[in-house]
Amino acid sequence: MKSAAFWGVLAAILAGGLALTAVLENEYYYNALYLILQATLMAVAWNILGGFTGYVNFGSAAFFAMGAYTTVALNKALGLPLPLLILAGGAVGGLVGFGLGYLTLRLKGVYFAIATLAMAIVIETFISNWTYVGGARGAYMLTPDQHLWFNSYIQMLFMVMLLLTLAAVAISRMLSSSRLGRGLAAIRDDEVAAESAGVPTLRLKLVSTTVMGAMMGVAGAPFPYFVTFVDPVSAFNLFIAVNAIAMPMIGGTGHWIGPVIGALLVGSMQEIVKVTVSSELNVLIVGVMLVVFITLAPQGIVGLVRKHWQRRKS
Amino acid sequence: MFSADLLANAVVAGILLGGFYAAVAIGLAIVFGQLDIVNIAHPAFIIVGAYIAYILNSRFGFDPVLVGLLAAPAFFVVGALIYRVYFLAFERTGQESLSGLAFFFGVMFIIEVVLILIYGVDYRLVQADYIGQSWRIGFVDFPFRMLVPFAVATALTAVIYTFMSHTFMGRAIQAVAQDRLALQLMGADPVRIKQWAFGLGIATAAIAGSLLIVIGPVEPSVGRLYIGRAFAIVVLGGMGSISGMFIAALILGIVESMVSTFAGPSWSPAVAFGLLALTLALRPAGLFGRR
Amino acid sequence: MSAPLPLLQVSGLTKRFGGFVALDNVDLHVGAGERLGLIGPNGSGKTTMINCISGALFNDMGGIRFDGQDITRMLPHRRARLGVARSFQIPKPFRSMTVLENLRVPLEYAARARAGQRHIIDEAMELLESIGLKHCAQHNSAGLTQVDMRKLELARALAVKPRLLVSDEAMAGLSSAEVDEILEILLALNKRGVAVIMIEHIMRAVMRFSQRIVVLDAGHKIAEGTPDEIVSNPDVERAYLGE
Repeated sequence: MKSAAFWGVLAAILAGGLALTAVLENEYYYNALYLILQATLMAVAWNILGGFTGYVNFGSAAFFAMGAYTTVALNKALGLPLPLLILAGGAVGGLVGFGLGYLTLRLKGVYFAIATLAMAIVIETFISNWTYVGGARGAYMLTPDQHLWFNSYIQMLFMVMLLLTLAAVAISRMLSSSRLGRGLAAIRDDEVAAESAGVPTLRLKLVSTTVMGAMMGVAGAPFPYFVTFVDPVSAFNLFIAVNAIAMPMIGGTGHWIGPVIGALLVGSMQEIVKVTVSSELNVLIVGVMLVVFITLAPQGIVGLVRKHWQRRKS
Repeated sequence: MFSADLLANAVVAGILLGGFYAAVAIGLAIVFGQLDIVNIAHPAFIIVGAYIAYILNSRFGFDPVLVGLLAAPAFFVVGALIYRVYFLAFERTGQESLSGLAFFFGVMFIIEVVLILIYGVDYRLVQADYIGQSWRIGFVDFPFRMLVPFAVATALTAVIYTFMSHTFMGRAIQAVAQDRLALQLMGADPVRIKQWAFGLGIATAAIAGSLLIVIGPVEPSVGRLYIGRAFAIVVLGGMGSISGMFIAALILGIVESMVSTFAGPSWSPAVAFGLLALTLALRPAGLFGRR
Repeated sequence: MSAPLPLLQVSGLTKRFGGFVALDNVDLHVGAGERLGLIGPNGSGKTTMINCISGALFNDMGGIRFDGQDITRMLPHRRARLGVARSFQIPKPFRSMTVLENLRVPLEYAARARAGQRHIIDEAMELLESIGLKHCAQHNSAGLTQVDMRKLELARALAVKPRLLVSDEAMAGLSSAEVDEILEILLALNKRGVAVIMIEHIMRAVMRFSQRIVVLDAGHKIAEGTPDEIVSNPDVERAYLGE
């Protein structure tokens, strides 16, 4: 996608979001859109380590939860405004990502994936035992009165998440066509050969885990205000981790737009099923779609589209 | 408060628990330790086994352990089928590691959600005469609900250990991990052997599940707590070693029991992963590993 | 006048895998622009030697100096940046990338310090042309023929802009004509001043190519000399044919 077209689309979407908040009052829609955007942000973040670098992270919920709990802790301690909380959430997420990378550097693919799961459970255990943020019983977050010029707080949260998600997509796109991105792709394709070609694999992997962690932390930072009650079960929810993996894999991990497609598709389906059929069944969808796509179309939707184009060419 | 009787009880409980953990991990020891298939959904199958024991126990009053043993052949068939799919989708194309992992992650998730949809998140338990009774030797307790699973798990481990080292199929399974080509030259079909091995692994889940629900109440998300334990045991024991796995299981049981007794039960989930992390960092081959 | 310091100096290199000694106290040196052949029966330690030189493995004892610098504990990517390149026996292309993109990585990373004024894509194309792969520049690297993959493997090593290239059995299993193609590429490279260590089993190539040959057997260096000296060395004959 050419640069000008890309930024044009981004601007249009942002403008569209603003316009929406002016005309649409029903809070339900903003709830649904917030969740879809949150899932998109998580999927884009996951893909930086998963799709670009080839290291599968099963503990995405931990980074997300760290962002959420940073908000809970800082709000209780200092009462900071949302933008600072988001920055803090990103910083903490990035730190955790850096730590994860540093500790697991020597582990190969499968062991790395298990290590991410381990880290997620260890972090969850620690948070569950930390009474300052409510421990296992959870913490309540009061909805602030301040919501700028928007009609309601959820409208503002929606715009915030829209902005963050668009920023993440832009960063992801820039990364994929940069020297750094090509280095990550080399690591993904063949780490030993990449090292021989002069790619500082350790350093780049650390960058990758840190950026992913930071983005996920940012995704989690507004979460306490969205749900108003945070507990380890909801913050560290497996559903978040599964979505973070499934959406990029369904959309296609090789391209920056894959996670966006996957998240929009699956996220929308989940919201629709939640309302029309049942809220438990919608959770099942992503699991089934993950298994189906991974078995039949491992390159995801992007892969299917590419194959279709190639067949048309010949 | 540190007293001899608290310590003794913690150690004994740990040993009994560790024996049970062996039943949890043995399926993975075969599937992951021998075949390098990262079946992260193994604990989910154990939970299914637990629920089947619950159903037949609450409906017909069958002894849960018996149910587990009877269900094992059915689980074997399911396991073989799942391996078929896994093989066709992943092993044949060489995508194993990451796609296969995500595949099992999806399967695990589906199992958990389906169980929640059907049975909700309430805890389920089984009734049996021996649950609630206990031996007492000196100041140490041997609760039957732990002793019976320990005995069954130990017997299971012994049976599989014998199977692996003394039968053709068992040795073929070990061989397919080490030298696929030699096996093919001997006329054995590696795919069929792996299918057998995977089926065997899932069959043990039926038994482990029935033991699990004897020890304590079960609800769908309990399986996730065992992912870490199962992998920690297999890695600590050493990939490919059944006896190593058993010892590692005992070690984990004892350490967890001590942590739970002296630091609090809310810390036990972290023990297994902590042990796993230490093993991977210090001695990745495990105690008795082949690599 | 004293001899100049060798480009690569390997001293007393020992590498063990558990109880197995793959390399035992081996000395090796390569002068700037020299053509060294490294031969020996299977399992003699040749690939282990390359892995130690390139940094894929760290040796247990001994030292490696490159251009006067101690690189014994240096990570592979830093050695690549200094100008040590190696090709892999079994080609390891970056499968998601085209042939051209494969070259971009070493040019952008290992060769960055040696980058000229020219655009990287132009350099990559020129490299492909010199090696005979220009026609498949835009093809995906995973679908190449065997010999083209070997060429790509070499091209990637060349893209490092090395001062020392270690070629690990680049000719194994190729036809006679293909062997000559690879040989010409290596000779042309050497003419530009690059030192080459060639590991091969194809004797006519080694004989033709090498100025000096080192022979390994079971982790020991058993002979060193010109091709003629090696050919008539009874120890070498014994190593290959057995007692």
